Amino acid sequence: MTLSLVSLVFIAVIGLLAIGLYALLVVRHLIKVVVALQILAKGAILGFILAGRINGQIGLGESLALTIIIVDTIVAVIGLSLAVQIRHHMGTLDVNALTRLRR
Amino acid sequence: MVWFILIMAGMLICAAMAVVARRLLVSAIWLAIASALLALLIYLLGAPELAVIELSVGAGLVTVLFVFAISIAGEESNMQQSLLPKWLAGIVVLVSIGLTGWLCLPDLGFNMPQLVPTRLSTVLWELRGADVILQVILIFAGVLGVLGLLSDEQSTVPKERDA
Repeated sequence: MTLSLVSLVFIAVIGLLAIGLYALLVVRHLIKVVVALQILAKGAILGFILAGRINGQIGLGESLALTIIIVDTIVAVIGLSLAVQIRHHMGTLDVNALTRLRR
Repeated sequence: MVWFILIMAGMLICAAMAVVARRLLVSAIWLAIASALLALLIYLLGAPELAVIELSVGAGLVTVLFVFAISIAGEESNMQQSLLPKWLAGIVVLVSIGLTGWLCLPDLGFNMPQLVPTRLSTVLWELRGADVILQVILIFAGVLGVLGLLSDEQSTVPKERDA
């Protein structure tokens, strides 16, 4: 069985989503959680581009993927500044240790 | 075709290395390399404008943000034990992703159609004008959120000292 180019890129999308989901389930460091979200968003971007490409409307896929890039960057910015604040207030970045709301 | 396979394999390996790397800085650099390879893939798929944006934002801005945050928050790499048991996380991922792939892959056996050249600016400004407004609002909300988060410290710390 020979794979077409569409299937190959789709396998890359699935692989990125799998790595991101696995990292989100396993990782305990808050900054690493943001890394996992970035990988998930990369899979989403590639999926939108692929969908636009096989639909013949690559401009539409591009403009939707542009929205994903912007949202993803804002999530990274907010997540990282939250991590910095949590480090200041709680003294740790371990997700397991952050089960209380007050210090 | 061979180039596609090489780039995709490199991108997946870099993403996996970003997850398993012990040091956070190394992890951020692997993520930047994966982002650059993704930009190359997007360019090869026929979307050069988005490739430029992904390269400058994903490999540039986000990496700078990560390095900045790591230098403020500091490395703290003594948590190697995972949140879920690794076998359980593996099973969850394999089941969900495997199901998706199994359902979608047989329908994707066709070849990629010829690229119809469209201008991103036309689509973006004329068809998706509401999206542009939404993106501007999102960026503004993000800036406000960061300002609120980072200026929080000066106002709350003296109060808590009094209490």
